Amino acid sequence: MGRKLLTEHINVEGIDTMAVYRQHGGYRSVEKALKTMTPDEVVEEVKKSGLRGRGGAGFPTGMKWSFLAKPEGVPRYLVCNADESEPGTFKDRQLMSKLPHLLIEGMITSSYALGANTSYIYIRGELLYVLRILEKAVAEAYAAGFLGKNILGSGYDLDLHIHPGAGAYICGEETALLESLEGKRGNPRNKPPFPAVSGLYARPTVVNNVESIAAVPVIVNEGGEEYAKIGIGKSTGTKLISACGHVKNPGIYEIEMGVPVEEFIYSDEYCGGIWKGRELKAVVAGGSSVPILPKSLILKTAAGEPRLMTYESLSDGGFVTGTMLGSGGFIAMDETTCIVKNTWNFSRFYHHESCGQCSPCREGTGWLEKVLHRLEHGHGQMHDIDLIVNVAKQIEGNTICPLGEAAAWPVTAAVRHFRDEFEWHVTHPHEATRPGAVYHGGLVLA
Amino acid sequence: MAKITYDGIEIEVPDGTTIMNAARQLDGKLAPPAMCYYTPLKGSGGKCRACLVRVAAGSAKDPRPMPKLVASCITPVQDGMVVENNSSPQVLEVRKGIVEMLLINHPLDCPVCDQAGECSLQDFAFEHGLSTTRYEEERRTFDKVDIGPLIQLHMTRCILCYRCVYTADQLTDGRVHGVLGRGDASEIGTYIENIIDNDFSGNVIDVCPVGALTDKTWRFKQRVWFTKPVNAHRDCETDQCAGRVTLWYKGPEVLRVTGRKDENGEVKEWICNTCRFDKKETTDWTIEGPAPVDRSSVVSANHYELPVLNQQVIADMPASTVRELAQNPPLKLGGLNG
Ligand SMILES: Cc1cc2nc3c(=O)[nH]c(=O)nc-3n(C[C@H](O)[C@H](O)[C@H](O)COP(=O)(O)O)c2cc1C
Ligand code: SF4
Ligand code: SF4
Ligand code: FES
Repeated sequence: MGRKLLTEHINVEGIDTMAVYRQHGGYRSVEKALKTMTPDEVVEEVKKSGLRGRGGAGFPTGMKWSFLAKPEGVPRYLVCNADESEPGTFKDRQLMSKLPHLLIEGMITSSYALGANTSYIYIRGELLYVLRILEKAVAEAYAAGFLGKNILGSGYDLDLHIHPGAGAYICGEETALLESLEGKRGNPRNKPPFPAVSGLYARPTVVNNVESIAAVPVIVNEGGEEYAKIGIGKSTGTKLISACGHVKNPGIYEIEMGVPVEEFIYSDEYCGGIWKGRELKAVVAGGSSVPILPKSLILKTAAGEPRLMTYESLSDGGFVTGTMLGSGGFIAMDETTCIVKNTWNFSRFYHHESCGQCSPCREGTGWLEKVLHRLEHGHGQMHDIDLIVNVAKQIEGNTICPLGEAAAWPVTAAVRHFRDEFEWHVTHPHEATRPGAVYHGGLVLA
Repeated sequence: MAKITYDGIEIEVPDGTTIMNAARQLDGKLAPPAMCYYTPLKGSGGKCRACLVRVAAGSAKDPRPMPKLVASCITPVQDGMVVENNSSPQVLEVRKGIVEMLLINHPLDCPVCDQAGECSLQDFAFEHGLSTTRYEEERRTFDKVDIGPLIQLHMTRCILCYRCVYTADQLTDGRVHGVLGRGDASEIGTYIENIIDNDFSGNVIDVCPVGALTDKTWRFKQRVWFTKPVNAHRDCETDQCAGRVTLWYKGPEVLRVTGRKDENGEVKEWICNTCRFDKKETTDWTIEGPAPVDRSSVVSANHYELPVLNQQVIADMPASTVRELAQNPPLKLGGLNG
C-alpha cells in the first residue's frame, strides 16, 4: 500500500466539517507556517519537496512561486485553478467535495508564502454543489480565525473568495481564467507577460491547480525533504489519478509516483484489470489532450523498460513512442473501442471549446472534427488521413494558448499508432459503420 | 536603443519597439503581413498569427533561438535579436497554413464583395497562399445583419480579428459591440441588436480588413478600382474629428468617404459619421489632391497617373485579348490607350 498524503482521511465521517478536520490534524500547517516560519521558508520547503504542478504541465511549483514579482506596495494574488474540465480528469472535484478544508488550508499556507492578502478559488461552473461545500467550509474557516484579519494573532490577513466559471473549458487555461475572474470574456492572453509579472488585475499572480495547493500542507508539516523521499527522480510525492474507461474499478487513486503502469491497471489495489475479461487496447494516460498509446507502448517503453507512473517515464520516447502524465486523467480502452470514433469525439470537444481568438485553432479544430466525422461515418478517403495530420501540425505551436496543441496531439498520436484502423475505415466503409463492428489489431470484431 | 537583424538587414530601434514596427520602419513592404494588429488600437494583435516570424537569436545576452515562432506584432525586440521573416522557409510554410485556415470558412464571394480590391485577406492570400484548397467540408455561414442604418455586418466574411471590437471599445462610449459565442461559432454581435449609435461608429468599417463591415451608403455602388481616391479636408464641428479624409470619386460624384490610410493600410486619424456618411458633395470639402495609391494596388488600375499594365505584360498577352481590352477597356492599358 502506498502512502496517502492527501486522501488518508477522505472517508472519515464529517471530515468536511471544521471540527472533524481539526481532530485529524487539520490546519496544523497554518499554525506552523504563520507562527514559526517566514514566507520565504515556506517557499523553500516547497522547492525542496520537488512538487510539480498537478494541473497538467508539471511545472515545479516552488520555482513558479519564486518567479513571482514582488514590487513594494503592490498587491499580489494566489488563484487556485479549480476549473477541472479536461475529459477524463475528475480528481479535483472529488478532493474539494470531500476535503474542502484541505484546499482551504493549502490556500492559506500558500497565500502566506506568497504574501498574498486576497486569494481566489476559480471553480468550474458546473460544480455548483462543490461550490456550496467550499463556501460552507470557508465560512467555518473565517469563524475559526483561519481567514480574515490577523490570522492566529500573526498579523497576517487573508481574504479568500470563491468564484464560479460559466462552463467554458478554456477558462481552465490560466490567463483565460484570470480574464474571466476579472469579469471579461475568457480569452487567453498573449504571453509574455506571464501572470507572475502581470496577472490578475495586472498584478503579480500565481495560478495553481487544486491538487498542487492541497499538497502544500503536507509539505509544510512534514518538510519538503520528507515529501521528496516519495517517488522517483523529479517525480516526487503522490499523485491523484482519475481512472476511467474500461477498467474494472474506475475511480480516484492516490498513488505514490513511480507505480508501474501495468500494476496500476491490473492490480486489485488500483484498477483491478480490464472489465468483462477483455483485452486492453489503448490508454490515454493524462487527460484527453495527451497522446494515446497502444497497449504495447503504455506498459513498456520502446526500449522495453516497464513504464512507470512518473512524468519522466510516461514521456520517455517523446511523442513518437511516449505520452505525458498530464493531469492524471487515465482513460483505458478495451478491444471494442473504435479509435477513429474516439479521436473524433475528442476533436469534437476541442472544436466546441476553442475560444476562437486565433485562426489556426478556431478554424483548424472545426476542420479536424469534420474530417474525422466523415472518416468515422464511412465517407473518408485515404488522403484525409494525411490531411488531418497536416492540419494538426498547422495548429500545433502556432497558437496563443496550448489548447491548440491539446487539439492537435490526440489526432497525430491516433494516426501514428493506429493508422491501419483509419485506413480500414476508408477501405471498408460499410463494415466500419455497422453497429458494433470494431477493427482491432488486424481483425474485425463484431 | 536595440540593434536587431531582420532578414539579414541591421536596424536600430528604440527599446520596446515590436518586431513588426521595427520592420515597418525599415520598409513596410518587407514587414510581416498583419491581419489583426492595428497600430492605433490598444491591445490589438496576436490573434490572426499571420505575422509569425522566427527568432533565430533571442538577444545578445541570450542568443538562443526562441522555441516557437512568435507573433511579430506583439513581441518587443531585444538588443542583438536576429529575426527571420521571408528568409525562413518555416515561416513561409506556416504562413501558407494561416492563409488556408483563414480561407476555409471564408465565402470567397469577392466578385460581389465591396471590399474586393482593397481587402487585406485577398492580398494576404495572393502573396502567401496556395491557389488550391484542400477543404471539402461545408462552410460556416451567418445571416447578414444591419447594425444601424449605415453599417452592415456580413459575419460570414469575418476573420475575427477583433479590430472593430477594440475600435468600438476605445472610440465609442457605452460599448454595444463585442464577440459572442466561441470558436468558429463566434460572432460579432451588438448585444442584443442594439445599433452602434455613436458619432464615430463608422470607423469600424475602415479598420475591418475584409468585407464584413461595410458602408451601406456605398454598398454595390462601384468596384473600388473604378473610383479615384482624392484627399480632402473640412472644418468639422464634431469634437475630436480630424476632418481629414479620402473621397472616392467616380466621375464628378463622391461615392464614399473614408479615413486616410497610411502606407501600412492603417487609419491614423478617426473621422466622424457626419464626415463619412453625410458629406458627399465636392463643395463640402477642400480638395488637397490625389491620394497616394500603391503601385501594386488594384486601385491603381484605373488611376489617372499609374497605368497598371506595362508594355511587357501586354506583349505577353494573346493578341485577341489585347484587341478586346483596347476596344472595351475595363482597365487602363499603359501605353496602349493611356
Ligand atoms: C485549455 C487548457 C485548459 C486547462 N484547464 C485546466 C484546469 O481545468 N485545471 C488546472 O488546474 N489547470 C488547467 N490548465 C493548466 C493551467 O493553464 C495552468 O497551467 C495550471 O493551472 C497551473 O497550475 P499547476 O502549476 O499547479 O499545475 C489548462 C490549460 C489549458 C491550456
Ligand atoms: S489556441 Fe484556441 S483556445 Fe487558445 S487562444 Fe487560440 S483560439 Fe483560443
Ligand atoms: S467584422 Fe471585420 S473588423 Fe470586426 S472582427 Fe470581423 S473581420 Fe475584424
Ligand atoms: S498581426 Fe500579428 S497576430 Fe495578427
